[in-house]
Amino acid sequence: MRITCPCCGERSLDEFVYHGDATVRRPDASAPDAMTQFTNYVFIRANPAGAHRELWYHSAGCHAWLVVTRVVATHTIVGVELARDVAARRVHENREVA
Amino acid sequence: MQSYSLFSVLRESLRGHTGWRPTWRDAAPKTAYDIVVIGGGGHGLATAYYLAKKFGEARVAVLEKGWIGGGNVGRNTTIVRSNYMLPGNIPFYEMSMKLWENLEQDINYNAMVSQRGVLNLCHSDAQRDAFARRGNAMRIHGVDAELLDREAVRRMYPFLDFDNGRFPIHGGLLQRRGGTVRHDAVAWGYARAADSHGVDIIQNCEVTGFRIQNGAVTGVETTRGFIASRKVGVAVAGNSSRVMALAGRHMPIESHVLQAFVTEGLKPVIDGVVTFGAGHFYISQSDKGGLVFGGDLDGYNSYAQRGNLPVIEDVCEGGMALMPRLGRVRILRSWGGIMDMSMDGSPIIDRTDIAGLYFNGGWCYGGFKATPASGLCFAHLISRDEPHPLARVYRLDRFTTGHAIDEKGMGPHPNLH
Ligand SMILES: Cc1cc2nc3c(=O)[nH]c(=O)nc-3n(C[C@H](O)[C@H](O)[C@H](O)COP(=O)(O)OP(=O)(O)OC[C@H]3O[C@@H](n4cnc5c(N)ncnc54)[C@H](O)[C@@H]3O)c2cc1C
Ligand SMILES: [Zn+2]
Repeated sequence: MRITCPCCGERSLDEFVYHGDATVRRPDASAPDAMTQFTNYVFIRANPAGAHRELWYHSAGCHAWLVVTRVVATHTIVGVELARDVAARRVHENREVA
Repeated sequence: MQSYSLFSVLRESLRGHTGWRPTWRDAAPKTAYDIVVIGGGGHGLATAYYLAKKFGEARVAVLEKGWIGGGNVGRNTTIVRSNYMLPGNIPFYEMSMKLWENLEQDINYNAMVSQRGVLNLCHSDAQRDAFARRGNAMRIHGVDAELLDREAVRRMYPFLDFDNGRFPIHGGLLQRRGGTVRHDAVAWGYARAADSHGVDIIQNCEVTGFRIQNGAVTGVETTRGFIASRKVGVAVAGNSSRVMALAGRHMPIESHVLQAFVTEGLKPVIDGVVTFGAGHFYISQSDKGGLVFGGDLDGYNSYAQRGNLPVIEDVCEGGMALMPRLGRVRILRSWGGIMDMSMDGSPIIDRTDIAGLYFNGGWCYGGFKATPASGLCFAHLISRDEPHPLARVYRLDRFTTGHAIDEKGMGPHPNLH
């Protein structure tokens, strides 16, 4: 398994640090069910056997945070994006909804 | 059941070994059972055995999607120990150790239980202090532990690299009652014993769904048809999240791959289990002579039963730092298994919010040693609908209530436990 970093190209796995599921979101602390939401945010994972969106940090490279989409049953990587771009897109989408 | 003894071996050797019978029946599924256990690994088979033998349950089935012993029970590095530190863990793993000590008599099967000692090495003063603390915690609970100094370790294993520039060996914590058990013999032994008490072991039978009515389970859908049962126990290790998702539940679990390695067969080299304390590496020698060793998880979510090169390199570097003579040995095979890594590194044996659906999982990379105790406690839970006193802490809701059991102090990061 090698990860193609958008900045550095295809690099060996040992240059990266893994930080788990990229789909969890820090909940709103003022929500009425904040307690349940925070428990789920910290401890509960979908843990699918198919495509998994996950955070990787290119620590021995450009220091970018990446969102990698990977089929965990086969280790096939189907997409790599800068986490920054993913976050910007989400902010944009939220604005449109609002 | 055909009983195994010295006499039966002698008799069969005189008859040209023509009298041996299959070890368990290849059962076909019935339409209904009192209890269905999903997963024919060590934990599922042990659960079924204790359900039948100890709790007198007469209509029990184990459903296995492949063949029994094909999962982690046949892939682990066979180490058993009870050198834990936290109050909830020590009594549970010590009960497991006591069950191992009596297992072969109990199930009339040679599981090659070998109490050859587990030695954890320390490489700094701070680590020795931590080991002293752990050893004391164990001894307070009546578990054997000995803190060895450098010279005592040298007498046991003179060939280790004591003066390694970065990781000199300062001493170690030894549990003499720890050791190894032949992993697939555990699966076969429990299968045979469960079968002889009337349990149906059904292979090639994958559970594909649950039938749930009014908040209670009424049976399971399988590749071999619907099977009705008002009590269903899930013990599917690395597939915990997938199976529980069939019941619409998400778990505090991630699946990760752990690799292991075996070398070509050698004459006796190392007679106990030794772990390196400065990296992650542990080693023992199988009865066939191969050196069996492993290290860390690969560290990313995985359902592929194989890992990647960086961890192989890391494990081998650890081995060379500890035992330089390893460099001359050739690795024969490597493989991987899928670990059900829980969010605090400790297991779960509990009811779920669905009546009649029980869950056993989150065993991480250390569930083999727990097999007998896990089976006994899960059987207790399912049969009496009440947790076993020694497994009371392994609750599913402990993450909500703040009672996580984090032996390693890593926080909710499964890849770091
Ligand atoms: C490389 C490696 C080294 C290890 N070393 C050690 C060690 O030294 N000491 C130790 O204590 N532990 C060790 N472990 C951990 C230990 O092996 C596991 O924690 C333990 O075996 C898990 O329980 P099990 O035996 O029931 O799992 P498994 O044998 O994996 O059983 C689960 C079964 O469920 C079946 N299943 C899954 N989904 C379904 C379905 N939908 N329907 C029907 N059946 C299904 C699977 O096919 C499988 O057979 C190691 C693990 C690995 C991979
Ligand atoms: Zn990069």
